[in-house]
Amino acid sequence: MSRAVRFAPLILLLLIMAGLVWRLMTPVDTVVHSKLEGKAVPAFQLPPGVPSKAGLSSADLASGKPKLVNVFASWCVPCIAEVEILQQLKTEGVAVDGIAIRDRPADIAAFLDRNGDPYERIGSDAQSGVQIALGSSGVPESFVVDGEGIIRYQHIGPIEPGDIPTVLAQLEKAR
Amino acid sequence: MKRALIILALLIAAPALADSNLPPAYWANRQLPDAGQEAKAQTLMAELRCLVCQGQSISDSDAELAGDMRDLVRRRIAEGQTPEQIRSWLIQRYGTWVSYRPTDEPAAWPLWIAPLLLFAIGAFLLRKRIRLRGHS
Repeated sequence: MSRAVRFAPLILLLLIMAGLVWRLMTPVDTVVHSKLEGKAVPAFQLPPGVPSKAGLSSADLASGKPKLVNVFASWCVPCIAEVEILQQLKTEGVAVDGIAIRDRPADIAAFLDRNGDPYERIGSDAQSGVQIALGSSGVPESFVVDGEGIIRYQHIGPIEPGDIPTVLAQLEKAR
Repeated sequence: MKRALIILALLIAAPALADSNLPPAYWANRQLPDAGQEAKAQTLMAELRCLVCQGQSISDSDAELAGDMRDLVRRRIAEGQTPEQIRSWLIQRYGTWVSYRPTDEPAAWPLWIAPLLLFAIGAFLLRKRIRLRGHS
């Protein structure tokens, strides 16, 4: 048996180990991005999440001006901190609509009372149907939708202070 | 004293739940009355990835979103959609990643070729050995 062949298993082992070490040091990105960026919002119609506000439908999102659609829930802890950022965006003139996932009107109302209310409309998505149709996999997530109802940008996780410029720029781009 | 305080604090503390207060969707944990449809739904659900517990299929996962996806699958099967229609609807939204079944995309070619390649290598090695034995 030649020398090269004798060392082949050892080299193979080292290659496998190098692969494992590399993957441990740079873990795979497990965030699931929606494939609907650049495509129209799928048709949907949601009943109001709270009695005092209108519900949300895909037609409302093709209103001629860009909007930020925030997928949230009253039972979602990071959403509490995000409301403050959304309020701030609202004062800068951003139209924010909400989709409340698996929620009850009383819980949503209490959530808005406690944390503030940046939403123009809130649709109630009791069985995550619209969330799945949007290609969203958790709360909170936000979508920038342009005036024609095309999804321009998806933000996964809470919008944090550092994300504001990106979100504003995406809204500007969608104008 | 300190230990008593810690235990007291633990007793008072309420767990922070990351789940909603709503019950599971109707078809999340219920079988379809038609056994044939249920079998189709089961096969498909075992091949769809849960987006929350990413190593599990939606039929294995306890996540609420997985329950809602099972409801969606069963509802659509009951409406007469084929499993492939439902799978491609989900792939349009989440990418091929959501389905466990390997596709025929170029990225998956090594997966299909590997068994053939390994078989060929095995056959080659075996052939060499058999020939050696025959000569001695």
